Amino acid sequence: MADEHQSDAPHHTTVPVIDPGLTFASVTDKISSIVLKRKTPLAWFIGFAISFILFQLMMLAITNLVFVGIGLWGVNVPVAWGIDILNFVWWIGIGHAGTLISAILLLLRQQWRTSINRFAEAMTLFAVAQAGMYPIFHLGRPWLAYWLFPYPNTMGVWPQFRSPLMWDVFAVSTYATVSAMFWFVGLIPDFATLRDRAQSKPFQIIYGWFAMGWRGSARHWHRYEMAYLLLAGLATPLVLSVHTIVSFDFAAGIIPGWHATIFPPYFVAGAIYAGFAMVLFLTIPLRKFYGLEGFITMRHVHNMAKVMLATGLIVGYGYVVEAFFGWYSGNKYERYMIWNRMHGPYAVYYWALILCNIITPQFLWIKKVRSNLLLLWLISIVVSIGMWLERFVIVVTSLHRDFLPSSWGMYQPTQWDWAMFVGTLGFFFSLLFLFIRFLPMISIFEMRTILPEAEVEE
Amino acid sequence: MAEFDNPTDLVAAARRTYQAGYRRINGYSPYPIEELSEAIGFTHTALPIIVLIGGVLGGLGGFFMQYWMEVINYPLNVGGKPYNSWPAFIPITFECTILCAALAAVFGMLALNKLPQPYHPVFNAPNFALATRDSFFLVIEASDRKFEHDAVMKFMSGLGPKDLVDVEV
Repeated sequence: MADEHQSDAPHHTTVPVIDPGLTFASVTDKISSIVLKRKTPLAWFIGFAISFILFQLMMLAITNLVFVGIGLWGVNVPVAWGIDILNFVWWIGIGHAGTLISAILLLLRQQWRTSINRFAEAMTLFAVAQAGMYPIFHLGRPWLAYWLFPYPNTMGVWPQFRSPLMWDVFAVSTYATVSAMFWFVGLIPDFATLRDRAQSKPFQIIYGWFAMGWRGSARHWHRYEMAYLLLAGLATPLVLSVHTIVSFDFAAGIIPGWHATIFPPYFVAGAIYAGFAMVLFLTIPLRKFYGLEGFITMRHVHNMAKVMLATGLIVGYGYVVEAFFGWYSGNKYERYMIWNRMHGPYAVYYWALILCNIITPQFLWIKKVRSNLLLLWLISIVVSIGMWLERFVIVVTSLHRDFLPSSWGMYQPTQWDWAMFVGTLGFFFSLLFLFIRFLPMISIFEMRTILPEAEVEE
Repeated sequence: MAEFDNPTDLVAAARRTYQAGYRRINGYSPYPIEELSEAIGFTHTALPIIVLIGGVLGGLGGFFMQYWMEVINYPLNVGGKPYNSWPAFIPITFECTILCAALAAVFGMLALNKLPQPYHPVFNAPNFALATRDSFFLVIEASDRKFEHDAVMKFMSGLGPKDLVDVEV
């Protein structure tokens, strides 16, 4: 397969996917030693401590919210969806890059995905966990969240399945479940590797428990590969459907600025854009810190930058079309909405968004920028902020001035809104720190398959 | 059980073993080798059918769950829309299809592989921990119809393995 790829794309041969000197043994030992042998670096403890403190801030914010009520947040009529729903969309969008890398690039036989898919899937899972909390706590009475599911109840009523909010419940919970399964299935053979490499009894037992007796049998591998491929095939339409349905939460409403047919593709592209920015933001320091340059090479960095550029252009097209629709509709509410975005009280957010999301990624056309890790890392931060601003513009500026000037209002997030957001960042990074400490952050068995010695010579 | 240090030798040995008439054979490798499962005569799995059934059941179940709840059990007029407003039921139908198919894929794979299975005789082989690192193994099981201990040992040593061991069942 490797040969096929190189002959299809001769320009790729100049930059190998992974370090050519690697072997089965060195791949296995290098990746598993991060978990099993190497001393946990001091920086890990510092990073984890900071994340964990912020995570406690989230716990505090949630506790307070449940005690006092939703009035703690800045949301009120007319802006009933504040930065909590915005954060939900932002987090779930970040998750999408993980599924894209693991499923879609697998189906497209992009070998370079192998070095980053495990890590990106973990990122997906943790981001979806953050996302899921927001709508639940935004319910106001989060202890009744189970009412969203259709279960036989004494009230004799069912959820309203014609509502996009119900679609969202099913989409996000399916997405979380399937992502978790996909991740776990990918981990089984690596758990077996860790089980066989672990020195201490407790680790042998724990990894062995998760490995479920995996022994690398040819029959098992055959079914395993089939299951993995089918899961990838199922996750591909799923990931596209999830952000489509998230965009329906807006597009099915009649508010100017939400009610647009461009929303599904534009949201999906935005999600991939934000997600790749996050993957770059995380992998650039990580590969340096753990000496993984042989696995996550410049080729990966370049490819991710290119995906970011491409999706950034689609997102830019989305902004242009939105503005064009507003003008071309001839509808005064639509026109006012666009004018209000550009000149109203939140105009600074709009122009900051254009700067972050449309102008900044243009630098990625330049090869020197794509090769400069520091610049790339900074661009990924700017894009992450830009995608947050995009959702702010969509959620807040559309809601705060609708049809009747008498119902206009302003929205300001409170300190508790920010505490929750910063807290979920802390929770996300806490989970990531634990992940890189206790699980192989690169898929070991898939790395073996792309080694030159893995080929059977006939 | 014979140990090899590269995939090419293992696949060649597996082919010869299959041609010699042994059927209850298995290969063990640190990563999936397509040629190996072909060599031991294992090319068919029921998994795709299981996943298809899971998906179809999930899709039908998802749609008719909504149909039953919104049309039969508790019809509710929302903005004059028909009770069976099927286009609005599609997103959840789709999600249920994916969910059930994915569950079928994962649990179907585990069930067909008979996992979790904490104990298996191959784990007794001295070097077997390397099967998850860089070693390749070929096994002729004692339950094979053609199995005769001495003949099998002789045959396997003729395959040119790095190491050859007898594993207690």
